[in-house]
Amino acid sequence: MNLGTGTEEAIIVEIVFWVIALCTIISAIAVVQVRDLFRASLFLIVTFLGIAGMFILLRAEFLAGVQLMIYVGAISVLIIFAILMTRDIDDGNPSHGFRLPVAIISLVFMGIAIYTVSQTEWPLLASQSLSPDQISQSKAVFENTIPDTARMLLRDYVLAFEAVSVLLLASVLGALALVRER
Amino acid sequence: MTLERFLIIGAILFSIGIYGALSKKSAIAVLMSLEIMFNGISLSAVALSRYTVPYALSSGVDSASKFLLTGHIFTIFIVTIAAAEVALGLAIIIAIYRSRRNILVTEATEMRK
Repeated sequence: MNLGTGTEEAIIVEIVFWVIALCTIISAIAVVQVRDLFRASLFLIVTFLGIAGMFILLRAEFLAGVQLMIYVGAISVLIIFAILMTRDIDDGNPSHGFRLPVAIISLVFMGIAIYTVSQTEWPLLASQSLSPDQISQSKAVFENTIPDTARMLLRDYVLAFEAVSVLLLASVLGALALVRER
Repeated sequence: MTLERFLIIGAILFSIGIYGALSKKSAIAVLMSLEIMFNGISLSAVALSRYTVPYALSSGVDSASKFLLTGHIFTIFIVTIAAAEVALGLAIIIAIYRSRRNILVTEATEMRK
């Protein structure tokens, strides 16, 4: 049972979910394993696209658009530019000597995280006692998330919103100051 | 199982990001692994806000919409800060590349001396 009109039971949604999940994880592994840095950045774009697809499956269409515009559109282009500008150092995508311990650490972390996720009793809608009014209200929120996201962003979190705009300005000025020719 | 599988994929992405960020020598590869970690976190936040009921809602607050979309707001801020972080990080990488002709994180040790 879900908040909002779910398409979760349809078999086609299951197939789409597993295809997207497989593509996302395989390309994320390829980012850290491929020898060529440029190809790794192309696999990173596939990972971003997979996450955008996941957002659509989670009925966060606005966030999927944000993901496409900022990650796929801007951040990956910045990374590709940086790779091309530092192209003449031709030693690929090397790892240093701590590779095996780091792999063990991240595998242990993944095991702990998956164990915790599967053991926790999440407060899902089926296990909570909500009034029918609240349930219909929640369903209405997930019918169209954009008005409520805007209301939260510009009313409840407006201070953080303004602080982030100052942060963006500061980072743009900092980037300009760092790459300026002296 | 619908919530858990999204959280498990988020955890797998985060672990892949940890592996890349700690084991890569090239600074751009470290930045790309950080992006994978950010994406795992925002996937988990959106999945939690989609499927779980906030405590304030189950204890009887009227305005449900105020609490249901917290994960979305988190994700918007994560994306914004990731954009700022990549812009600054790549500027630092370009500056290091100009002065030393390589971008290996194991070689940039001036501040240690």
